[in-house]
Amino acid sequence: MKYHQLIKSIIALALLGAGSTIFTGCEGPPDMGNSSAALADDVASQVYVPPGEYDEFYAFMSGGFSGQVSVYGLPSGRMLKVIPVFSLDAEKGYGFNEETKPLLETSHGFIPWDDAHHPELSQTDGETDGRWLFINGNNTPRIARIDLTTFETAEIIEIPNSGGNHSSPFTTENTEYVVAGTRFGVPYPQQDVSIDSYAEKFKGTLSFISVDPEEGHMDVAFQVLLPAFNYDLAHSGKGKSHGWTFFTTYNTEEKSTLLEVNASQNDKDFIAAINWKKAEEYIKQGKYREMPAKYAHNIYNEKTHTATSEMKDKVKVLIPEECPGLVYFLPTPKSPHGVDVDPSGEYIVGNGKLSADMAVHSFTKIQEAIANESFETTIDGVPVLKYEEILAGIVEKPGLGPLHTEFDGKGNAYTTYFISSEIVKWDIETQQVLDRIPTYYSVGHLMIPGGDSRKPDGKYMVALNKITKDRYLPTGPELNHSAQLYDISGDKMKLLLDFPTIGEPHYAQAIAADKVMPNSKKFYPIEENEHPYRTVREKDARVEREGKDVHIYMTSIRSHFAPDNIEGIKVGDRVYFHLTNLEQDWDVPHGLAVLGAQNAELLVMPGQTETLVWEPKAEGVYPFYCTDFCSALHQEMQGYLRVSPANSQVALDWRLGYDEPVQ
Amino acid sequence: MKQLPRRLMLLGIVCLMSLFVFPMWQIILYAPQYPDGVEMHIYIDKIGGSSPGTLQNVNILNHYVGMQYIEPDDIPELQYFPYIIGAMGLLGLIALAINKKWGYLSWTIVLVVLGILGMYDFYLWEYDYGHNLSDTAPIKIPGASFQPPLIGRKQIINFIADSWPHIGGIGFGLSMFFGSAAWWSRKKQLSK
Repeated sequence: MKYHQLIKSIIALALLGAGSTIFTGCEGPPDMGNSSAALADDVASQVYVPPGEYDEFYAFMSGGFSGQVSVYGLPSGRMLKVIPVFSLDAEKGYGFNEETKPLLETSHGFIPWDDAHHPELSQTDGETDGRWLFINGNNTPRIARIDLTTFETAEIIEIPNSGGNHSSPFTTENTEYVVAGTRFGVPYPQQDVSIDSYAEKFKGTLSFISVDPEEGHMDVAFQVLLPAFNYDLAHSGKGKSHGWTFFTTYNTEEKSTLLEVNASQNDKDFIAAINWKKAEEYIKQGKYREMPAKYAHNIYNEKTHTATSEMKDKVKVLIPEECPGLVYFLPTPKSPHGVDVDPSGEYIVGNGKLSADMAVHSFTKIQEAIANESFETTIDGVPVLKYEEILAGIVEKPGLGPLHTEFDGKGNAYTTYFISSEIVKWDIETQQVLDRIPTYYSVGHLMIPGGDSRKPDGKYMVALNKITKDRYLPTGPELNHSAQLYDISGDKMKLLLDFPTIGEPHYAQAIAADKVMPNSKKFYPIEENEHPYRTVREKDARVEREGKDVHIYMTSIRSHFAPDNIEGIKVGDRVYFHLTNLEQDWDVPHGLAVLGAQNAELLVMPGQTETLVWEPKAEGVYPFYCTDFCSALHQEMQGYLRVSPANSQVALDWRLGYDEPVQ
Repeated sequence: MKQLPRRLMLLGIVCLMSLFVFPMWQIILYAPQYPDGVEMHIYIDKIGGSSPGTLQNVNILNHYVGMQYIEPDDIPELQYFPYIIGAMGLLGLIALAINKKWGYLSWTIVLVVLGILGMYDFYLWEYDYGHNLSDTAPIKIPGASFQPPLIGRKQIINFIADSWPHIGGIGFGLSMFFGSAAWWSRKKQLSK
């Protein structure tokens, strides 16, 4: 290039730059409709719940990487509670006190964190019944059950032969089962093999976890062994499709590296349709293989206020080649994310996230194709149905990046579009688009109360957004995720409210308050307390030494601990504070914190017993106190524990008040 | 209508016996932070409440201002009240059997006297609990009285206290009514 040509080019570029600067300077950024001016006038009154009045719905939002569930009221968006599930919660002593530690046991040992994605309410006759909330742990595959009388985690079961329990828990119509699917293909059985042996050595399992109808206790009833596709999401059939569960897949290419490219090559992936009633028959006929497995099953007992962990060692496995009619693959474009079944059970929506159009399958047509044995091919014993034959229709170019669909019970479907950051309302029967509304920003799941059940409550819709950027006052680089509440009672969707959430709410569920509220417990009756270290009367409070273990049978009542002066503890002891809260009134928890405790506080509900372990490292006198402002004399609710040298002769002694002796 | 006095007397006895099933009195404390109220029930033989923890909750409230613990075992009336009521039931049956005017009248008069004595006794207990405060009370409010009303409503510091007969107490009142009605109808019969 000659010198003057270079000069010319530079000048041309400079002019171009200046020109475009002036051009954009004149135009300014376009109006993206982000401002509140887009709101209708009367929205405030629609979400205003006056002080002292109750919300219409409980909403349960997953905490994602917080591992917890947060409970919100709708339509106010007020946060009611955070329920610790898969992650330690120092606030409540969850996973720190001796009673809840077993809940977090797995075959890999104690795991203090997980990634909680999809809350799912229990159902009876396809309707949410307000008994339990299930939620999956994604990272170390687990399912938890939360009891909605106490709003506490009551049970956690680990899922064997799985990696990334994403397509879970998604209940069946009468909570016969909650399901689990492996997002990651894993070697089956787990072993040291080359990652390049993916296609031959790796497998995918879909698990059905039975739920006891009385107690809610879970058990891995059976697993279905399938090719190592990535099983992404699920929903169970309802009404006419009751007895079936549908799982989406991606990576039917069965690749293990650079998946964003390599798992996005097939034009169509599959929805795996499992006939679980058929599976029950095969189990009854003994057509399963019992495979070794190692997984933990942890149950919290409300009477002993203590969780126990049991390790299981086998699981029943069904193999499609041996069980005809058990599984079918429904071709679905392209890398479908959510699979959603409409309230009638007829329409199965495959949210093909990389597809321009969205496929809706017909359950009737699927049944006809199966009856006619009209199969395209068979993969590992699983018949693949013909796409055109099972299609009910296509939603044409509704938006970009469809992820999830919910229903309003009035014939409409609502689908989230991550890339175009919007929700599109469409008619289930005609697949015609009816309305669209933006989300702020990049919506993942959406939730309508009962929106994945047979009886949706089509009044409100919540968008669960991944990105907030400028929506709230900035808080440094890390920002909350957000939820947006829409009114969907009319023809047009209407934005009502926008509120921040905890962690990353993936999915959420909501239920009419009157299905849950009447059953909410106020306290635990002290006479039902069966904790082995309970102290149900203050006069039984005492301290016992067993070698190096010192057990303090402690009580709390407004406004003192008994005992509150303890001597005779020695360096090297392991001190157990077994605190029983003797209160029998609503909303009178007592906390316990001990200087130097290396775990957390206790927060003990009325009638409950919890245990804090404390290991004194040095001699001295250590204070302890109540952490929950319980009463007018809360600040006086405190005590001392004297720690003497390991070889000291100071006798074990305790007291409450000067009437009793202490050395 | 020959059996009317006896039937009235039987009703009176049944009403009196309701004391063995239902509380005779209730004291209810209201404050904003107690949306359900603290509802204490006094039976002839025990102290209970709307929840199993009521007595404990009342005692917790009382201890801030140094009131004595209400300890049912330390209240002798709760030991002998059931015998008195039982005896009155028996006397009532005797009055019914002999069907004499004076029998009904004297039974009713004894009941009225018992009722007055009972209320006086109740007042004395209330006065004692309300005024006999511990010297080491954490909270001392000069001039404040914590005595609940004998009957009716009264403000006690941050609480509104209601004191009313419960079903058993109403039954007691009705038994006096039916006793006197039995006497009246027997008198009418005899004067014919």
